[in-house]
Amino acid sequence: MKKSFLRQFRILFSTLIFICFFLIFVDLQNIIPEKYITALLSLQFVPSILEYISLKTVLSAGFAVVIVLTLITGRTYCSFLCPLGIGQDIFSRIGGRIRKKFRRYGYKKPFTVLRYSLLGITLLVSVIWGIYMLTLLDPYSIFGRFMTFFAKPVVVIINNFLAAILYRFDIYSLHHFPLTAYHLQVYAIPAAFFLLIGILSLTKGRLYCNTVCPVGTFLGFLSKFSLLRIRFDENKCTKCGRCAVGCKSSCIDFLNYHVDVSRCVDCFNCIEICPDNALSYGIVHIREKNTETDEGKRKFIAGSLAMLLGFPASLKSQDRNVPVPGKGSTVKENKTSPVCPPGAGSIADLQKNCIACSLCITVCPTNVLQPAWLEYGVAGMMQPVMNYHKGFCNYNCNRCTEVCPTNALRPLVLEAKRLTQLGKVNFIKDNCIVKTEKTACGACAEACPTKAVYMVPYEGNLRIPETNTEICIGCGQCEYACPVTPFKAIFVDGNPVHQVAKKPMDDEADIEIPTEFPF
Amino acid sequence: MKRRDFLKKSAGAGLAAGAAFSLGGYDKVWPAEMANAEYDMVAIMGGSPEAMFDLGIQEFGGMGTFIQKGQKVLVKPNIGWDVVPEYAACTNPALVTRVIEHVFRAGAKEVYVFDNSVDHGPSCYRTSGIESAAKKAGAKVVPAHSERYYQEVDIPGALVLKKVKVHEVLLDTDVFINVPILKDHDTTRMTGCLKNMMGVIWDRRWWHSNNLDQCIADYGLFEKKPVLHILDCYNVMFRNGPRGVSRQDIVQMKSQIIARDWVAADTAATKLLGVELEKIEHIPLAAKMGLGTTNIESLNIKRIQM
Repeated sequence: MKKSFLRQFRILFSTLIFICFFLIFVDLQNIIPEKYITALLSLQFVPSILEYISLKTVLSAGFAVVIVLTLITGRTYCSFLCPLGIGQDIFSRIGGRIRKKFRRYGYKKPFTVLRYSLLGITLLVSVIWGIYMLTLLDPYSIFGRFMTFFAKPVVVIINNFLAAILYRFDIYSLHHFPLTAYHLQVYAIPAAFFLLIGILSLTKGRLYCNTVCPVGTFLGFLSKFSLLRIRFDENKCTKCGRCAVGCKSSCIDFLNYHVDVSRCVDCFNCIEICPDNALSYGIVHIREKNTETDEGKRKFIAGSLAMLLGFPASLKSQDRNVPVPGKGSTVKENKTSPVCPPGAGSIADLQKNCIACSLCITVCPTNVLQPAWLEYGVAGMMQPVMNYHKGFCNYNCNRCTEVCPTNALRPLVLEAKRLTQLGKVNFIKDNCIVKTEKTACGACAEACPTKAVYMVPYEGNLRIPETNTEICIGCGQCEYACPVTPFKAIFVDGNPVHQVAKKPMDDEADIEIPTEFPF
Repeated sequence: MKRRDFLKKSAGAGLAAGAAFSLGGYDKVWPAEMANAEYDMVAIMGGSPEAMFDLGIQEFGGMGTFIQKGQKVLVKPNIGWDVVPEYAACTNPALVTRVIEHVFRAGAKEVYVFDNSVDHGPSCYRTSGIESAAKKAGAKVVPAHSERYYQEVDIPGALVLKKVKVHEVLLDTDVFINVPILKDHDTTRMTGCLKNMMGVIWDRRWWHSNNLDQCIADYGLFEKKPVLHILDCYNVMFRNGPRGVSRQDIVQMKSQIIARDWVAADTAATKLLGVELEKIEHIPLAAKMGLGTTNIESLNIKRIQM
């Protein structure tokens, strides 16, 4: 079979892009520098729009590049740059391996009403209410969640397996990563989408992209005006129909020599398939056909709803078994607000800008960032929330703020992050080991990076924690370290709006340096 | 690698490890053979950490006193915090390099370094400079931040800490050298040789909630004791320990204590730090458990001013 250069190039390019996206989400050791991550994400359509709205700088206007690209080349974004689209192509390939039938598509009418309604609703909701529909439907975010929720655990398992083998050979370049699960309910939405998109791409090519995806629909609309597109040479075409069978967008109506550009993702498969060289990619003189309206098959919606209901709940939470001291604590922590991550500014701002792609969650080295369940309310589901029972915010780390593609977490230099007060410390003396067991503890004060928690004399040689909320930055090291269960003796109550902490004490040293041995 | 080769090699590695353990025998090195050494403790002041160690270890007859050829050695610094070396929250990396060099020169086959950090482990290894310092000297830096690496052992005679999960590398090596750093400590008032053992075990929370001071003393009874304690007192955190808040928390004492007896070394260190021994629970407790003496006047101490 002859090779199409365009198709070969598309496969090579998209494979590379996909590998890059895969790597940034499963980079266990945080090796990839932030600038590469930022560069890779700068052309993602929805994140870039949100970043532009919040920053209004030329550099953040990657979406404009995509629009121009689409006006010139058509929906190449969907085949070359969208990780979810590329992922679906991979699935389609696998589908073809399972059953040849799955890769025989044939021309189908578009779900015009459905796709434009979904786009319209998404836009409307986003403008009037908030970006919740985008959070749900943005292809990059969906891909990100697939990676964080499903791919990363697999990578961790493989890594741990290899690490265990190397460990036996006295090689320690890989280490073991604890496999921890998120709040179980949070898996529902990604799992439902995984089933929906997975099955559709396995058996129906790009049906999801051409029916549900708002970015696909929007770029498809723009493609109607694009300069370059797939064109028919009517003289060469023998109407064998192979192009239509091979078209994963089901958009080639070969009987009428017509390609539905709004659905064509420029994969160039048809060019390679065509035995008569009747198809090529180039400038087309617009010979607009009247577009047929389609009622759309309601079966599709019914089917997707059914899938939404049946999701697997297989992953189990694997909290560490911490032996508990004799008696449990009695006073409940009274948290009035969840803690939102550094750089968010406030919970309201986070809700406005975060599309829950979960990149921050996957890069967080201490796993303190967790996808929210109902902490922020229903609308904030899957957005990152600080969970100080799972981890603490490392004082020397600002990775999450550096990778965020929508600027929901604004970049914070370390010095600024160390003065950003995410919440305030609260001490519950009646839960504290020092009071209840009359033994030394101080795990909280030990770990506190600013000494907002410090020990003061108690009984005998015992010392008990005391707090200074002015210099507390709400990093949660105290809460994480506190050994008391089920309620901690010290906890961070979130600031709905982040504040600036005072600088920690650094007055001159007042100790005599011995010049001779004091013993 | 073929499956068969892999099996062969892993069997070989297992045999080698077993052989090294049974032949090299930890108990053979420790506790006897001290006759050739005159001093119980050597205290040095006034030089760089490396120079002080070079001088100090000579007084014990060199590292060879503690290590036999072909042994596997664990060098355990304090790598507890994700903090740069200037803040002296972790052991001085230059000292770690030098200790490892001496260990290799004494004929050690392999040197291992790890610590169960309080902050994010891999970041601590990196930021403290100890990972690169240890690798530079040829040691293997072993991760320690997952429960996978720990095995439960019994501590006969312990009052509270009867069982504890310790790092496998501690169990697999023949000789254990303790290289802590002297710091103020919010809870235990001081951290030195004894307190540094909280980095070889997994569940510190249990210690904290079950009489921390007694747990520290109890752990000292575990059979796999360090043969030598090298207490880094070059930059000393005198307040806001064990993590420190700013550079102002550090004073340069340019000192080092090298000793066989960790209770004695810690007792001497309390004097450097200016904390009364009576205020510290875990050191007298350890002395009471027979781990060493707080009566350092009775010891033969070599003091060197450089």
